[in-house]
Amino acid sequence: MEKQWFTISVYSENSVGLLNRISGIFLKRHINIESLNVSKSEIEHVSKFTIVVFTTEDWTRKIVQQIEKQIEVIKAFYHTDEETIYQESALFKIASGLLFDEPQIQNVIKESKSTIVTVNREFFVLAKTGRRHEIDEMHDDLEPFGIMQFVRSGRITVTKTKMPITEILEEFNLTD
Amino acid sequence: MHYNLGDMETLKAQKKKAEEKKAKRISGAEAIIHCLLAEGVDLIYGYPGGAIMPVYDELYKFQDKLTHVLTRHEQGATHAAQGYARVSGRVGVAMATSGPGATNLVTGLADAQIDSTPIVCITGQVPRHLLGSDAFQETDIVGISTPVTKWNYQITKASEIPEILAKAFYIAKSGRPGPVLIDITKNAQFDELDFHYGKCTGVRSYKPAPEPDLKAIEQAAELINKAERPYIVFGQGVILGEAEEQLKELVEKTGIPAAWTILGLSAMDTDHPLNVGMVGMHGNYGPNVLTNECDVLIAIGIRFDDRVTGNLDTYAKQAKVIHFEIDPAEIDKNVKVDVAVLGDAKKTLQLLLPLVNQNEHTAWRAEFDKKYEEEFATVIEKDIHPTKPGLTMGEVIEQINIASKHKAVIVTDVGQHQMIACRYAKFKQTKSNITSGGLGTMGFALPAAIGAKMGAMNREVVAIVGDGGYQMTIQELGVIFQHDVPVKIVVLNNDHLGMVRQWQELFFESRYASTVMTNPDFVKIAEGYHIQAKRVEKRKDLKDAVTEMMASKHPYFLEVRVEKEDNVFPMIPSGASVSDIRLK
Repeated sequence: MEKQWFTISVYSENSVGLLNRISGIFLKRHINIESLNVSKSEIEHVSKFTIVVFTTEDWTRKIVQQIEKQIEVIKAFYHTDEETIYQESALFKIASGLLFDEPQIQNVIKESKSTIVTVNREFFVLAKTGRRHEIDEMHDDLEPFGIMQFVRSGRITVTKTKMPITEILEEFNLTD
Repeated sequence: MHYNLGDMETLKAQKKKAEEKKAKRISGAEAIIHCLLAEGVDLIYGYPGGAIMPVYDELYKFQDKLTHVLTRHEQGATHAAQGYARVSGRVGVAMATSGPGATNLVTGLADAQIDSTPIVCITGQVPRHLLGSDAFQETDIVGISTPVTKWNYQITKASEIPEILAKAFYIAKSGRPGPVLIDITKNAQFDELDFHYGKCTGVRSYKPAPEPDLKAIEQAAELINKAERPYIVFGQGVILGEAEEQLKELVEKTGIPAAWTILGLSAMDTDHPLNVGMVGMHGNYGPNVLTNECDVLIAIGIRFDDRVTGNLDTYAKQAKVIHFEIDPAEIDKNVKVDVAVLGDAKKTLQLLLPLVNQNEHTAWRAEFDKKYEEEFATVIEKDIHPTKPGLTMGEVIEQINIASKHKAVIVTDVGQHQMIACRYAKFKQTKSNITSGGLGTMGFALPAAIGAKMGAMNREVVAIVGDGGYQMTIQELGVIFQHDVPVKIVVLNNDHLGMVRQWQELFFESRYASTVMTNPDFVKIAEGYHIQAKRVEKRKDLKDAVTEMMASKHPYFLEVRVEKEDNVFPMIPSGASVSDIRLK
């Protein structure tokens, strides 16, 4: 089976130690987590993990089964890139002098549709949200001028299909 | 307002109940004891130490209600709790202090996790304000135990104790059982709380067992009814789900031959005509070979461990596979199945029973008989009725069968003696085979036998141990002596780590790297603990010695000097197909 990108979405209780439990499932199978994001979800008091892996569908399915087995996990799904809307965010810290010395930078800012978060005498910060390749392109464009700091977030994803978490929670409540 | 007398009585009762319900103010340590009592716990295994002392102080006060057994090592406490749980179907409890006490529990937790055994382990932890400071005897036991527990939690406030402990017992026992570890900081043991205990009946994000899907059961029934060579392999899921009766009914109605995995052993009478033996690496010949000749494989409460399947690429490829399983994560994990029947085995089998047709499968069953005859002539006869001078492990098991009338609980360790015991021990009653199947933990048997005996005082418990594993937890003889636990201990001594030696002989050109043991005088050691002990070296003395041991009302130790370089056959070499099982 061929390896590809999968996004695993995990809806869970917000509890200490669950991240360790989930990451252990990947560790045990020697599968690298390419990106990880933890946030609140659309449901109150329910957290959402968004985990990106590059592996086979068979492994992804088995991992999702193991994740879902954890006591504090409500439901886990996996999706291909085609099935999701996904974005990443990046911050670039660049020396302020370059804005005047290298006019080309202004074009990069315009073309990349990034925003300037802050400017001071020493540096300015650009924020860019988009697909991984868009951020990579912007990085490549800015790199020759010198990037003081660079950071990119984990992927965040919403699915094209419905996520029936509320129904699942209701079902849990009924069977309790 | 007017009340009649009946109403007044109800009102009084309600008032009394409300008063009782009103919380008592007690320490966290005392609350822990009340939680255990509320869960019906009357026996725990453990070892005290600094961070758990407040709880031990309460145990001292409650010793009339709650027996604490001091094992000689925390690992022993976990295995004893496992033995207790496996034989009784109840939750076993082990307790330890922080740091080394807690880390010594890890092997038992891992064993309980892989063999789905319900135990709750309670560990003390340094006070909340010292967490993360590398305090004396501080270890991150929640972090360490995460991969080997079904659930774990650190309590840092006394007020959390009742709810978390209730949840711990619920999670350990429900669904697919497993170990739970609760780490409790010392301040939470000292601090007071308003105590009120309510049993846990559900956890929002946790569904213990999927509801049976009738459609899947109908599909399963259709495959079973059409099958010409159907074959059942059952595992511990039958025992944990208390589905022994349903399995028997299914087998008897359909005439389908049934084999067991090592943990499924004793779920069905070993002498039942449709019970065809054990699958797996050292299982029986027919059950392994015919796995690759059946047309429908009905797996009930098994997880298709590699020791059962051998090479997956050649495992039951010709068959439609039906998997009855409580844990959705087991479906298609190792073997791709055609029909997955999720749910508690008792419920799903009950629903299946009326849908399956009466059948005999006489010709197909005869194939198992034929294979058995072949195995009997080549292996079994020589194992249990040997004519060569040296004693065999098989004949010892046979003598125990005779003396116990198939009624004993047999607790085994890991290695050759385990395979021989599980191949030849006879059982009439369920929950009678206690062994470390998944993890293969040497040192399991002695402490597990203590727990098994204390969990079933009315039953005879025989621990069968090799000379290697015995010395891994030999210190638990102290428990047997101190509490006069009447277990029978049989050490099958071949002065080797026999199973590893066998592999070295077969696959490493007999280079016996570190498998030869110079052993102490085991009889003297037992006698040092004031345990009656005997050694048998000759066949003529075996029967009497076993009879004497089984007749004893007290703990009894029997060392049997067996052939030093015997091998266990049949055998599926690691990674080979079940069809390629070797008879010699």
